[in-house]
Amino acid sequence: MNSRDTMINTNPSNEIPASQSVDEAGAGILAVKVDDLTVAYNYKPVLWDIDLEIPEGVLMAIVGPNGAGKSTLIKAILGILKPIAGSVSIYGKPYHKQRSLVAYVPQKGSVDWDFPTVALDVVMMGTYGSLGWIKRPGVKEKKAALEALEKVGMLPFKNRQISQLSGGQQQRIFLARALVQDASIYFMDEPFQGVDATTEIAIINILKELRKAGKTVVVVHHDLQTVPEYFDWVTFLNVKKIATGPVKDIFNDDNLTKTYGINYKVSVQK
Amino acid sequence: MSNAQFEIQLIASLVAIACAIPGTFLVLRKMAMISDAISHAILPGLVIGFFITQDLNSPLLILLAALTGVVTVILVERIQKTGLVKEDTAIGLVFPALFSIGVIMIAKNANDVHLDVDAVLLGELAFAPFDRLIVAGINIGPKSLWIIGTILTITVGLLIAFFKELKVSTFDAGLSASLGFSPVVIHYGLMTMASITTVGAFDAVGAILVVALMIAPAACAYLLTTDLKKMLGLAIVFGVFAAVSGYWVAHWLDASIAGSITTMLGVVFLIVYLFAPNKGLIAVMYREKQQRIEVSLLTFLLHLKNHNEKEERHVNHLNEHINWQKVKSKTVLDLALKNNMILIDDKIVALTDKGDEFTSKAIDYIITNEDAQIEDMKEDFFLFRG
Amino acid sequence: MNLQEYFSLVFSDYTLRTITLGTAILGAVTGMLGSFAVLRKQSLLGDAISHAALPGIALAFLITGAKDSNTLLLGALVSGLVGTFWIRGIITKTHLKSDTALGLILSLFFGFGMLLLTFIQKQPNANQAGLDKYLFGQAATLVESDVWLMAIVTGICLIVMLLFWKEFKILLFDADYTKTLGFNTKFIDVLITTFIVLAIVLGLQTVGVVLMSAMLLAPAAAARQWTNSLGTMVFLAAIFGAFSGVFGTAISASQDNLSTGPVIVIVASVFVVFSFIFSPSRGLLFRQIRFIKNRRDLEFQKTLSFMYHIAETHEDISHPHTIKILNNFQGFTRKTLQKLVDKNYVTLDGAMWSLTEEGFETAANLYNQNFKKHE
Repeated sequence: MNSRDTMINTNPSNEIPASQSVDEAGAGILAVKVDDLTVAYNYKPVLWDIDLEIPEGVLMAIVGPNGAGKSTLIKAILGILKPIAGSVSIYGKPYHKQRSLVAYVPQKGSVDWDFPTVALDVVMMGTYGSLGWIKRPGVKEKKAALEALEKVGMLPFKNRQISQLSGGQQQRIFLARALVQDASIYFMDEPFQGVDATTEIAIINILKELRKAGKTVVVVHHDLQTVPEYFDWVTFLNVKKIATGPVKDIFNDDNLTKTYGINYKVSVQK
Repeated sequence: MSNAQFEIQLIASLVAIACAIPGTFLVLRKMAMISDAISHAILPGLVIGFFITQDLNSPLLILLAALTGVVTVILVERIQKTGLVKEDTAIGLVFPALFSIGVIMIAKNANDVHLDVDAVLLGELAFAPFDRLIVAGINIGPKSLWIIGTILTITVGLLIAFFKELKVSTFDAGLSASLGFSPVVIHYGLMTMASITTVGAFDAVGAILVVALMIAPAACAYLLTTDLKKMLGLAIVFGVFAAVSGYWVAHWLDASIAGSITTMLGVVFLIVYLFAPNKGLIAVMYREKQQRIEVSLLTFLLHLKNHNEKEERHVNHLNEHINWQKVKSKTVLDLALKNNMILIDDKIVALTDKGDEFTSKAIDYIITNEDAQIEDMKEDFFLFRG
Repeated sequence: MNLQEYFSLVFSDYTLRTITLGTAILGAVTGMLGSFAVLRKQSLLGDAISHAALPGIALAFLITGAKDSNTLLLGALVSGLVGTFWIRGIITKTHLKSDTALGLILSLFFGFGMLLLTFIQKQPNANQAGLDKYLFGQAATLVESDVWLMAIVTGICLIVMLLFWKEFKILLFDADYTKTLGFNTKFIDVLITTFIVLAIVLGLQTVGVVLMSAMLLAPAAAARQWTNSLGTMVFLAAIFGAFSGVFGTAISASQDNLSTGPVIVIVASVFVVFSFIFSPSRGLLFRQIRFIKNRRDLEFQKTLSFMYHIAETHEDISHPHTIKILNNFQGFTRKTLQKLVDKNYVTLDGAMWSLTEEGFETAANLYNQNFKKHE
């Protein structure tokens, strides 16, 4: 924590005007700050002028209807998509300078699971970023990968071809790959989609552990019922940002209606 | 123009029409590469048929070769279903294998078979007028004219009879099934017609150039219209134009007719690709540039609407904070000023009433995607036309 | 010359050695790079590129008048790359889909190439003979310098692949993720594509534009069936490719009037068919055997539990029943009955059967297990 404090203080970034110091969030240090972000696919806008501040140490859900731009927001923050306007900073600096602090769990459906590789190999990919170009993973990286597999309960499957894993197991492998990165901020795109109940519980426990260890976790989430139970922070998104804040303050019918359309009612137990 | 020349052009035109019709549906169904597979894979069927009939124009040979085409489609689908390889790999594995078998069969029987590899690749259109169909001692025209004429008649007949079914199943397979037209029957019907047409055209233009006659006219037409009937019509026009002009280019260069028909198709495609009014390269790039500015303008207006703080609305903020270069900011500011959307007062930008209203409307539209709210804005904004 | 003679002469005869070495290297490098093409779902791109190379060969000849294969291959490379980029341009800038773009470029470039070839052939002066070997390939025309060129390109390709192995692998598996880790995905992408185009161009003289794509796909598709490791797959694909090249060349050289390309493709296809059927983990044969075995087990269990339900209604579980009752039951065959007898679950007495004590208990367990599972 201390080191990060100094980092922000000693490196006043050009991207952040003086008037918007980190104190404004009211929740300590800002892990992620998004300013006026606009993203378009084929010049058809999918995200409009998003301002978003994610305080350090929260477990945040991003919710919104299909096509609201939830995945797009994450991809734009991670630099996979190039925004038309706006900027993103991670702990006060642009993303490309802070890569080692960020880990990403893409949607499970985004890759070809028939790819000729085994579970351990996929998890090892998490170490590639810190290795950089050309250098190969060695003993240290393998050990880290095995530890991550253990953490998600997949150690017995380490040599299994990835297509022979169930949907839940595949998701755990993806989570393990992100854990190997040993980052400060985790972005996850629908990690609960198509997984069994046991895996869902296992994953959420790991996420809560991460939060306990002071990490920041941002999850694109679909199941509104579980938001209060799983998360402590929530962002409502539908092309524009509708609201963001602690679940207990802003997860209400009013914001849900604003996000999902007229008279949207969800019976949520609080 | 001699009689033979006229006949060649007539045959080429009929082949072009016969190819353009199934080709249009293949392009719309994203199955263009299937025509490539069929045109290669019919070769062994053609050779075996030739062994049996000794006549390249025999109906039996055409049916046999067409059958090979359908078998190829089924084989590809079977391999895809096993999941051992990805879909396009299945196509890429099947047709070279079958084509190779055909080429080897021709090579091994070169002395007995009046077929050579050049004919396989280029067809023998130039010789078509010399092989006459003689019924009861009367010369009634070139054989290939009759063959392609018959195929074309059948194709047109089927097209008219099943136009509705083809249309529905092409654009919405689910709806088609619920209406009671089996997409499977339509699919294999189309594959059969494509195979028969390919075989009929093979004699005239050869294996690979059939693909050009199927895909290129349809692709050109697709860049100009999305209306199915107009697309069919345009594809036919392009096909016939290439057939006739290609013949004269070949005549002038003393080169392969099939090669120059394809080259003319290439020229037509290049022109359409560059200059098609809405979907051509130049139009698309112009529109993208417009949209870029318009999206930027809207982003800017929205930003003004969202922020009341002075520093967020300072002109310089555009450059520093929204992450735009100077040039872009200036274009956007000018555009907004010209449309009376903003006022600049001592370098602080403010929305006018018009700008405010415009922004609200635009955002409503983007979020709800309802056209009604934006009708009057469409005039100025490309963004809302797509 | 027959096959035997060919192989006995390979080591002594200079020409045969050159040709064999050339096709072996070519097969290896296309097999290797083909693995990447297949895994990137760009199987048909190779077909388009190889066809698109034809006008380049013809134009290079028309411009330079040289028949030197390096010049012609340079022409092929340029027009292959133009074709590749045009395909990308069509896909990204218009609403035409990738299959249409591939088919268009493939056929239009090839047609233009054929126009040029026939035009060249009609020219009175040129020593144009031999250009048509680029259609179906003629390994016999390979000379030492061609083989050197292949060896050098293959060597560079191998070094680059080993250096960037990690980057290639992660890009093939998950491109977006690769980007977030800070790798320049465009660079890796261009590297892979360039090598694929290079390999295709190198193969044109041996295999020909028409069938070159199969040389990329077939060894890779065969290799994929035998392994779940990318490294082994690439290695196996190289081996399969090399063998296809050598055998294909040998067969075509030992026959008259046979182009190399089609024969190599047939040999490679045999590898594919064999792999599809006989691969132990993915192959169709073993899959079918497993399927039949599972079904038999299921039939066996079903028959036993059916018998159990009948026996249950009687106080004496070994009370005999007629076999006819079983005939009404779907999935019953004489074979399953015999199997039950073999396992000593059932005894037969003429047309009557009765459950043994052992059979009854097994069936009861089975029933309970299923019951639990459904809960």
